[in-house]
Amino acid sequence: MDIKNIKSQFPIFKQKINGKSLVYLDSANSSQKPKSVIDRISSFYENEYSNVGRSVHSLAVKATNSFESSRDKVKNYVNAKHREEIIFTKGATESINLVASSFAEKYISAGDEILVTELEHHSNYVPWHFARKRKGAIIKFAEVNKSGEIEIDEIKKKINSKTKIIAITHLSNVTGAIIPIKKIVDLAKSNNIPVLVDGTQGAPHLKIDMQDLGCDFYAISCHKMYGPNGLGILYAKKKWLEDLPPYQGGGGMIDEVKKDSITFAKSPSKFEPGTMQTAEVVSFSESINFIESIGIENILSHENKILEYGLEKLKKNNSINIIGNPKNRGSILCFTIKGIHPHDIATILDDNGVAIRAGHHCCQILHDKLGVPATARASIGIYNTREDIDILCEAIDNCKKIFQI
Amino acid sequence: MELKELYQEIILDHGKNPRNKGKCTDYNHEAKAHNPLCGDKVHIYLKMNNEKNITDLSFEGEGCAISLASASILTDTLKGKDTALSKKIANEFLSMVTNKTKITINSLTEDQITTIKCLSGVQEFPMRVKCATMVWHTLLLALEKKVS
Repeated sequence: MDIKNIKSQFPIFKQKINGKSLVYLDSANSSQKPKSVIDRISSFYENEYSNVGRSVHSLAVKATNSFESSRDKVKNYVNAKHREEIIFTKGATESINLVASSFAEKYISAGDEILVTELEHHSNYVPWHFARKRKGAIIKFAEVNKSGEIEIDEIKKKINSKTKIIAITHLSNVTGAIIPIKKIVDLAKSNNIPVLVDGTQGAPHLKIDMQDLGCDFYAISCHKMYGPNGLGILYAKKKWLEDLPPYQGGGGMIDEVKKDSITFAKSPSKFEPGTMQTAEVVSFSESINFIESIGIENILSHENKILEYGLEKLKKNNSINIIGNPKNRGSILCFTIKGIHPHDIATILDDNGVAIRAGHHCCQILHDKLGVPATARASIGIYNTREDIDILCEAIDNCKKIFQI
Repeated sequence: MELKELYQEIILDHGKNPRNKGKCTDYNHEAKAHNPLCGDKVHIYLKMNNEKNITDLSFEGEGCAISLASASILTDTLKGKDTALSKKIANEFLSMVTNKTKITINSLTEDQITTIKCLSGVQEFPMRVKCATMVWHTLLLALEKKVS
């Protein structure tokens, strides 16, 4: 695979950061955008822009067709059974909030249990906390093991007849653990419990197939998939979308509105009130084209090679402690350096042109468990090379030099 | 701005060996703060006498070298000062870091001014300004907040 050619499709790499070439190791936070996606946003505004699904004029038809063909594209990419199972949202956060709100409204009562895990990003815990507060429900946490994974036995232990839903990540944004979703879904199904998967990190770094995974809900963040900002996807099985009450009200999501009664449109309109992020939805087609032009298997194989190389190099460095040791790791390298706070690491790395993230990565529960307030995270995307890892390691040596370690 | 101006020897020293860390005995004022974005925490303990002098001052907290150094330098500088002067110094510090103004207070020793000025390096690193300022804002709160 010609990574140089792939990287050249990303205009951001043309610039220098602090006089150095940009080494972008922050894709778990947000990925960079290929030119095809950026160009599609402008071409849509220049040639096709209009609101979708409302007017009958020619532009509206053009825009609506482009918008809806993006839905088909996503449906095929994630292998959903029906196109109506793809809902556009403003992000994975909104996707999860939608489910937590509508599902809790109808199916959760006082004393019912919601199972999340200690790995969850705040966006897959806080929405359930609202449901807990509103309904008097109980949130249980499946605990991480020493390697930073969630074991199937731990899920088994934490579910019972009161468990109404399991909400779990596909790929931890801190330990990098890939969670065996299929096994968890099988277990959940035999106990009649629906499963929501937070696919924020999973969707960009794993091959995803909704019919194969069998989960009930899957939340996707488009800006982490080389796509536009402000766009997310909720995949939900058709029966849920027919069954759940709407999340937000407004134009476009109704069937009939009277002074004393309102009926709602069918999904996906039912869950897409108001004017949607039209250009973002349309341009996300190009993100999928970009991924498919390389092939997700090729992307994963490349990312895994870089990840392995990074792990190997960081492990050789005695002052580095790598967070998590999962058997199946994807795209994430979280670490600490004894005697240097992650924020200082991030600032010094930036001076070397290396972009990483430092902090608790919106996972305070997990960091409390790990006993560290913050970690430094290098995360890998398709444009990263072995050379990037070498520069990261040199920059880490520079941190140690400055801090005299 | 060079990185070495941010991570000067004095900052690294205060960051590694922060002065006045822990709870000072018989403190009668306190305040705490945290930065939810990065997880930095600080808790100021302060003993004030009837003449409104800070007779003892300490902090507990966790954070980066800049935040620990800032807390350490703050406690070192303000211990023994009266409330009015401490407020003035804190406000001048905050203005120095955020508006690039100069420290004008002449009751500080040259050494103290040099030390405080070391933290002005964060001006060039906007994402790190809060690391240096949080403890000074907390001090201003602590001066007003008696232990109940």
